[in-house]
Amino acid sequence: MTKVVLSARGLVIRFGGVVAADGVDLDVQAGEHLAIIGPNGAGKTTFLNIATGYLKPQAGSVEFLGQDITAHSPRAITRLGIARAFQIPQLFLEHTVIESLLIAAASRNGRLATLRSLEDLPEREEMMQLLELVGARDAAEHKAVVLPEGRRKLVDIAMALALKPKLVLMDEPTSGVASAEKFAIMDVLVAALNAQAVTSVFVEHDMDVVQRYADRVAVWSSGKIQTVGTPREVLADPAVISQVIGI
Amino acid sequence: MWRRHRVLIGATLVGLAAIGVLPMASPSIVTLLALILAKGVVVLGIIVLLQAGQVSFGHAMFFAAGAYAVAFYGRYVGVGDMLLYLVFGAVAGGVLGLIVGLFVVRYREIFFGMLNLAFSMVLWSLLEKMFHYTNGADGIRVARPALVGLTFTPDQFSYVLLYLSFAIAVAALFAVQRYLESPLGSMLRAIKSNETRLEYLGISARRVLLVGYVTSAVLAGLGGSLVAVIQQIATPEFAYWTKSGEFVFIAILGGTGHALGAFAGAAVFEFVRFYASAQLADAWQMILGFVLIAIILLAPAGLIGIVRRRSAGERSAA
Amino acid sequence: MNLTIVVLAALDGISYAALVFLVSVGLSLIFGVMRIVNVAHGSLYAYGAYAAATIGIAVAPISPWLTYPGLLLAAIGVGTILGGLLERFLLRLVYGRDEALQLLITFAVFMILDNLQRVIWGVQPIFAAAPLQLLPNISVLGVGYTSYQTLLLPGVAALTLIGLRYFLRHTLGGAVILAVTEDREAATAIGINPNRVFLRTFILGAILAALGGALASPTTSLLPGIGTEMIVLSFAVAATAGLGQIEGAAIAALMIGLARAFAIYTYPEFEVLVPYAIMVLVLLIRPQGLFGATRLRRI
Repeated sequence: MTKVVLSARGLVIRFGGVVAADGVDLDVQAGEHLAIIGPNGAGKTTFLNIATGYLKPQAGSVEFLGQDITAHSPRAITRLGIARAFQIPQLFLEHTVIESLLIAAASRNGRLATLRSLEDLPEREEMMQLLELVGARDAAEHKAVVLPEGRRKLVDIAMALALKPKLVLMDEPTSGVASAEKFAIMDVLVAALNAQAVTSVFVEHDMDVVQRYADRVAVWSSGKIQTVGTPREVLADPAVISQVIGI
Repeated sequence: MWRRHRVLIGATLVGLAAIGVLPMASPSIVTLLALILAKGVVVLGIIVLLQAGQVSFGHAMFFAAGAYAVAFYGRYVGVGDMLLYLVFGAVAGGVLGLIVGLFVVRYREIFFGMLNLAFSMVLWSLLEKMFHYTNGADGIRVARPALVGLTFTPDQFSYVLLYLSFAIAVAALFAVQRYLESPLGSMLRAIKSNETRLEYLGISARRVLLVGYVTSAVLAGLGGSLVAVIQQIATPEFAYWTKSGEFVFIAILGGTGHALGAFAGAAVFEFVRFYASAQLADAWQMILGFVLIAIILLAPAGLIGIVRRRSAGERSAA
Repeated sequence: MNLTIVVLAALDGISYAALVFLVSVGLSLIFGVMRIVNVAHGSLYAYGAYAAATIGIAVAPISPWLTYPGLLLAAIGVGTILGGLLERFLLRLVYGRDEALQLLITFAVFMILDNLQRVIWGVQPIFAAAPLQLLPNISVLGVGYTSYQTLLLPGVAALTLIGLRYFLRHTLGGAVILAVTEDREAATAIGINPNRVFLRTFILGAILAALGGALASPTTSLLPGIGTEMIVLSFAVAATAGLGQIEGAAIAALMIGLARAFAIYTYPEFEVLVPYAIMVLVLLIRPQGLFGATRLRRI
């Protein structure tokens, strides 16, 4: 019996006339990599926004490890162990990459009352290793503002991982990345997640990426989860093909 | 330690030379130098907030709080000791900073600036109109205090103030630079570039900003108590919005990229004012205005930015 | 508190609100369109006032009635020349720069104009009350008051409000300004030149500030600090209403004007405090101002 990490029940959210979620139930199991696919504008990012407390659903609840987090703030949810990576990388543009990671590490370990220099924190070596793991060690001393998009994406994910989360939610980890690099980045990423035993949920448009890296796939369409299953089952479903993949 | 702080240590030595040599050239300069150092301490606080991208157009309220803490003590308790005055000034600034800060750290950019302005104008109008307690626009005179029990002649005291201001300025400079390099200080800069991410790292941007805000208020209060003793008076003008503008002006003039900018800016500002008002009594403010425009258009990183660019240029040329 | 005092305070408050409205609506308009808080706005008010007084003193010997077109000439002249120069040769250089720098550059302009004003007009009080004395006094509920302040000032303010509304909502020029405010890129794409819109908006805002000053000049003696005081006051009104809110500025001006006037007759020591206390309270409860719309932070 696998353990459920994140559990959404009956989520409803509307923006004006648009229904993004209309009774969504979804379970994320420990250790898995769950992909959420669906047509553009279906509400997949909205799910991440609800699960991290940025948006409050009009009905329904989200539980994380048995605790109701529906009303929690993004900050409180982060502290419980859910980290988030963004579709558009959210970086500290004026800081170097290593400084950004050290800020995350300082937050994780509560190093706020120290007058020690950020650069001298004991977590520095650990953060360098994390950068190594995502293949961005050479960017450590660069300011985020000068990095190319693909690199920014990796740093964004590394900032999430620096928190040592139990669960990481990623919004299109390979968007904005040249298709030739997609698999390379996902290889690195999934290896890093597995190395730290982190459960993940990722919203994805690229079916090749889903096929190759997801353990399970959830199809989000018309405000509901239409199906959940292994990539092999789901991506072969004719309804999914016509609705989502659009062939 | 030595390497990391060599810029600060170098600056301290230059400052030490300046306060040692300049008064020999012209004794009238002693008070001016003390004033520069005291104002630099206030501007350090502005620079702290600018790291988070927030401009306070009301920081004069903490400056005035420090000055009036000293003035009220003198008026209602009696002449106190200089060290006591400094502690009072810093505490007055810090307490007011905490009270106002709890409200204003929820806001950003123009709203942050406006709310600070509004609070400072409330304080200004109270100081101006509570005539019975504050003497209104005339202000309260501040008598010359003793320092750890020692009393001085006015002449000696101006030197004492200069050295004391210098010691405080150096301590504040090191402390602020240390703070800005610490995790909490780095988070302050992260508020400027991406507050959303900061929250998603589990950090409360408001609390980070509140620490910065109270720090800057303490510095303003400290500077205010020094200025009140140096100028021997505290007036409502200390809290007026033009005074807040002046502090922001000095911060931009000096450059916000380094804590040293506060003192570089204060030195240029006060020297221009001092000499321009001696030579062209009617035009010093105009001259400062043009200096500010020139800095903004030609060197937005301030004096510190100019020095850095120079030394970077020399390094790459070598 | 008897009826006479209530009427007096109300009339004081309304005439004062009319002046503050003119200045703050200019400030608000400029912010709404250009996202710049013009710290030098109070100087434009002061220059409008001094220019009107200078013209008034010059033309009054010929015919005191000439002082009226003089007021208008002062407002338009100061607003167009100073406003135009400022936008064209200074502000245009800092669009898109750090907000702190934009704010500071208008602070620098304030320092220069404030200084220049002392050089030109000196520090002695100047009186030029001819326009006020020309119009008869009228009686409101038994209280005698100048019709200049009870009728003319509120009248001009009301006309300005109606005119601005009409201009923004029903004319091409207004539509262009709104388009640039809403979405600058889209407006540029359909062939609108944002620089021209900024120039016109700034001149219009500057004329409103100068008009406030010109109309205020007969009611008070002119002293060096008038602009310095007016900028924070108009700022309090604009922020209380919500920056960019035109109708809101009228209501906030009335609110603050009346509250201040009643304070003068009841607790005079709070006269100066009242506008700022209102501003603090409103901003604490509704940072976007009474009539401003909220904006959600986006990810």
